[in-house]
Amino acid sequence: MSIILDEQTPVLVQGITGRIATFHTTEMLEYGTNVVGGVTPGRGGSSHCGVDVFDTMKQAVAATEATASIVFVPPPFAADAIMEAADAGIEYCVCITEGIPVQDMIKVKRYQRRYQHAGRMCLIGPNCAGVISPDRAMMGIMPPHIYERGPVGIVSRSGTLGYEAASQLKAVGIGVSTSVGIGGDPINGSSFMDHLKRFERDGDTEAIVMIGEIGGLQEAQAAQYARDHMHKPVVGYIAGLTAPRGRTMGHAGAIVSTVGESAAEKVQLMRECGVTIVKLPSDFGTIVPKVLRR
Amino acid sequence: MEIHEYQAKAILADYGVAIPEGGLAYSPEQATYRASEIGGEQWVVKAQVHTGARGQAGGIRMCSNEREVWDAADDLLGKRLVTQQTGERGIGVYRLYVEAAVAAEREIYLGFVLDRSAERVMVVASAEGGMDIEEIAARDPAGIVRVNVEPAVGLQAFEAREIAFAVGLEAALVPQAVQVMSACYRTFGDLDATMLEINPLAVTSDGRLVALDAKMTFDDNALFRHQDVSELRDKSQEDPRERTAIDRGLSYVGLDGSIGCIINGAGLAMATLDMIKHAGGEPANFLDIGGGASPERVLKAFRLVLSDENVEAVLVNIFAGINRCDWVADGVVQAVQQLEPKVPVVVRLSGTNVEEGRRILSEAGVGVVTADSLAEAGVRAVESLEGSAAR
Repeated sequence: MSIILDEQTPVLVQGITGRIATFHTTEMLEYGTNVVGGVTPGRGGSSHCGVDVFDTMKQAVAATEATASIVFVPPPFAADAIMEAADAGIEYCVCITEGIPVQDMIKVKRYQRRYQHAGRMCLIGPNCAGVISPDRAMMGIMPPHIYERGPVGIVSRSGTLGYEAASQLKAVGIGVSTSVGIGGDPINGSSFMDHLKRFERDGDTEAIVMIGEIGGLQEAQAAQYARDHMHKPVVGYIAGLTAPRGRTMGHAGAIVSTVGESAAEKVQLMRECGVTIVKLPSDFGTIVPKVLRR
Repeated sequence: MEIHEYQAKAILADYGVAIPEGGLAYSPEQATYRASEIGGEQWVVKAQVHTGARGQAGGIRMCSNEREVWDAADDLLGKRLVTQQTGERGIGVYRLYVEAAVAAEREIYLGFVLDRSAERVMVVASAEGGMDIEEIAARDPAGIVRVNVEPAVGLQAFEAREIAFAVGLEAALVPQAVQVMSACYRTFGDLDATMLEINPLAVTSDGRLVALDAKMTFDDNALFRHQDVSELRDKSQEDPRERTAIDRGLSYVGLDGSIGCIINGAGLAMATLDMIKHAGGEPANFLDIGGGASPERVLKAFRLVLSDENVEAVLVNIFAGINRCDWVADGVVQAVQQLEPKVPVVVRLSGTNVEEGRRILSEAGVGVVTADSLAEAGVRAVESLEGSAAR
């Protein structure tokens, strides 16, 4: 088991014929991901990276029975691509694109509510590194060699901090069940809490590393969920303790603008909820083994 | 992206919101001319700067004759205005807005913001305007009205009426308030704003609602579809280091410390700043070079970081996913050779092509300090600082 993705999951690549998508589609295929096709409007009927290309997501899903997709469409058109995936019945959609206008994301989130909760597509990202279930499959842009298969689930806003955690764990011989990047935008698809729920149910995952940052309140909600509904231990880190208020730190969503959004406040609340805090981003490799041994 | 008060007011006026008569001035002569054009007996001369709390800082002057207008303009232009929000360096005043003074019977706060948790636009209003919203929230948290707008249908008249009554407007003014709110909501949506504030919205003695001050910020990610908004950018209001970074496509935030940082990924960059602080240092900047960074981009980043005279050491911290350590190492070597920095350079490489990157650094013999882990990177950077101070 793992969450979201394994070697069987049939994956479509949206915007497959682009330069960046081509590179990552090749990487994903090499890693063993079951990429079954791609979509680029106007390029239907051709083939690219050894898979069939379709004009629309509906056609692609009908022909391939894909259940997941990864979006490499440029920011002005990315929201449209996500909604097309939702309408085609995709279960998990990863959006790598950085720079989608916030109001487009408001529209996407509103559109998703057309579907009953049970049948609603899970959007991962945008502005994220994607999902990897080590040794099984990856749907993202991460360097796969830093991940080893094992019992720790990772859910992170930042791509690079997710890498940092995975490689520190690998260095001490601990692997990862699935690593999910939820992205650095102010309005994103799935939240920390959504993935904590999945990890809690997953038979392969024994502990979860949650890597947050300044801005928004999702870490706090996740910590409260962990306290009230989870049996597996959660280890948390929040980046941006030294970030000045009111400044956007790289990620569009990494800004302290209201009460509860600073790193110090989040750390405090997470600790109160029983989350084991990693104070420094260099300490994943020392703290996680202790938590696993308990 | 931020814009000036006069620009925000012009946009609101286009959407039908009443504003006082006013005009822009770049000199005392223009300011007095504007005042005579406007007519009347009282004017406000307002510094156009991208910051709040201008009033307390002396950036807003009431004037009763042309002499006072001239003096206010002469004093303000070219000055660096230091407000609670600017830091010691202050912000340059190069434009003034001269406006007819409006006597307000009451002042109301009206704002539109993005509510991240609800994933919607939120209207925020208060019966007490004229001070900033944090202050209002501290004084009377229960007095703030908040309404989330359903994005599929937009702000409805009944919602605007509820807000208007909740802030205590008399019935005769409610239709005007509804019109103002709906104009603001349309502006927000049409132009991809991320914040829109009228503070205060004045109730005049003759029963009109007039926007006395206005503020707007826009979604940088949506500027591609708003050329008109992009043209309102005023580079004189940006930190020169940040302005250079924006023009070079780098994500940079200037800070006050002495360790210059060049990092990939926003999360790792924030975390590295935290590591530096923990090791006893202070970061000079946040800088994310992004994915797929070429040697040229690394060189550009070095130029930018070294242009800050407070920088006494440089830390390069790369965890390469879609980046390549060999490209970054090439960039570091080029930077050290071409820019000949007088401060120590610490480099930590990890991830894709790391061996190749480390080989390039050691073979070039450019005298950089290397670190293998994130923990070591922070410590080495702070140590190198002590070393350079001792020299």
